[in-house]
Amino acid sequence: MAVLNGFTLKWYVELFKNETILSALYYTVTIAIIASVVSTIFGTITSIGIHKMKKGKAKSALLNINYLPVLNTEIVTGVAIMSLFAFAKMDFGFNTMLISHIMFCTPYVILSVLPKLRQLPDNIEEAALDLGATPWYAIRKIIIPQIKPGVISGFLMAFTMSIDDFIISFFNTGNGVSNLSIEIYGMARRGIKPEINALSTLMFATVLVLLFLANRKESIIKNVANRM
Amino acid sequence: MKKNKIFSLKTLALASLICATSIFSTGCGSSGQGSSKVLNVYNVGDYIDESLITQFEEETGIKVQYSTYDTNEMMYQKVKSGSTKYDLVFPSDYMVQKMSREGMLKKINFNNVPNYKYVDKEFKNTKYDPTNEYSVPYMWGTLGIVYNKKMVDKAPTSWDDLWNPKYKRNLLMFDSVRDTMGVALKRLGYSMNTTDPKEISRAEKLLEKQKPIVLAYVNDDGKDRMIGEEAAMGIFYSGDVPLMKGENENLEYVIPKEGTNVWTDAICIPNTADNEDWAEAFINFLCDPEVNAKNAEYIGYSTPISQGKNKLPEEMRNDKTLYPDPSILKKCEPFLDLEDKIKLYDKSWIKLKSF
Repeated sequence: MAVLNGFTLKWYVELFKNETILSALYYTVTIAIIASVVSTIFGTITSIGIHKMKKGKAKSALLNINYLPVLNTEIVTGVAIMSLFAFAKMDFGFNTMLISHIMFCTPYVILSVLPKLRQLPDNIEEAALDLGATPWYAIRKIIIPQIKPGVISGFLMAFTMSIDDFIISFFNTGNGVSNLSIEIYGMARRGIKPEINALSTLMFATVLVLLFLANRKESIIKNVANRM
Repeated sequence: MKKNKIFSLKTLALASLICATSIFSTGCGSSGQGSSKVLNVYNVGDYIDESLITQFEEETGIKVQYSTYDTNEMMYQKVKSGSTKYDLVFPSDYMVQKMSREGMLKKINFNNVPNYKYVDKEFKNTKYDPTNEYSVPYMWGTLGIVYNKKMVDKAPTSWDDLWNPKYKRNLLMFDSVRDTMGVALKRLGYSMNTTDPKEISRAEKLLEKQKPIVLAYVNDDGKDRMIGEEAAMGIFYSGDVPLMKGENENLEYVIPKEGTNVWTDAICIPNTADNEDWAEAFINFLCDPEVNAKNAEYIGYSTPISQGKNKLPEEMRNDKTLYPDPSILKKCEPFLDLEDKIKLYDKSWIKLKSF
């Protein structure tokens, strides 16, 4: 409860004894990592494809489809994916939850990579090919490095979206697989356990440290670049 | 040419998706529905003493897989879709009625539940399960007024007190149609399950009048607000009161003299269940007075099994909040599933909220 009565480390100990919460944490992190990596790869490939399409109906249709999961209410998306999986007679559990996460994360990656692609000079890869690069080499060494900030922000967005999501996870998980958001919402009706508060502080601290490191890394890179 | 490229990218993406799926289905599948059989229990979070699950597993050798949900409605959607097979669910009264009406529940074979004899007879042949075929009561409680002794000068005794202008901006009501509308209906002397449009619209008018006094329509955050002394009075479920009192000793609970809603959460076997025998064994286990007492002590709600109640610590057993006098319980009624008529309530509620 939200009243501060004093300080104790007891709940951190309890947290590491609570198997339900730990397994939920495990699934949350595993799914977030896999889903964000996979959707970053899919999203980047797809946005390069969309970028290279001729302007026309097909392109705008693709872009509009891409907006669907972003604009739709989560519950509609969640129930729709659930129906699809049920129709395909899939076993609900880790796989279905992971696929649904990849599904709703990918559009965000596409949306953050596309603007970066638009900033590129029109014929940069033609120039690379002219100078003897193979297409694969040109993508790896020319395109990807230039759109990297978009890819990274897409990845981070996918990662947070995946950790944050409750409704889509809820409808697409099966027995024995639950993530933190499902556990926390499950507890909400009866009051949230102090272990969850302990976990929240730990997660907050981790994110803070990661952000700090990321920022420092950026400034280090800048310094090196300036010297060169 | 370009179109072709896109196509190959698409097929590549699709192929890798299929690959990924197949890898995960072989690699991590064991965590879900694996080879060994398990009993799949689906319950509200933190609504069982988890040491009892271990005890059950040790006693019977049945492995329990425990998952959680947050509201009856979410659970209903999930069970209805049939996407995951659950062997046991814990719906509230009106939801038992709705699910059994829609044929979503299996009849319980009470030969496998000998401990059902411990269940008090007031909880048998209930309005939500008149034939006693689909459900076994799990926990129960009432809806009432929680007030802060320091902030009110006279303890409320009737629903009328929730309309007292003295407590302007000092009152919490539930952000839930049936509960808040039910309070108004009860104050007017009507049934909380009425489907008479006139009575419903009168209740709506009454709530409109109350709106200037209300500080907020709350959900679970209401508990924190009462503990933090943001409001003098509010409506709450009896089961949450011991927890609130533990945090703030000025709080007190009262059931208004007009009567109120009495709710029951029940245990049911959904149609999708694979292991009915095991599910019945688990129900039987939960009805055992020893186990029941331990569970009720952990959860803090009222148990429908007197022999379990008698094993509770004295202060819990004699708590008038948890176990009110039978005389007042006679005036209480459960919420029933109103089928289509619920739309009347929804309409009034939307009007009230946008008023």
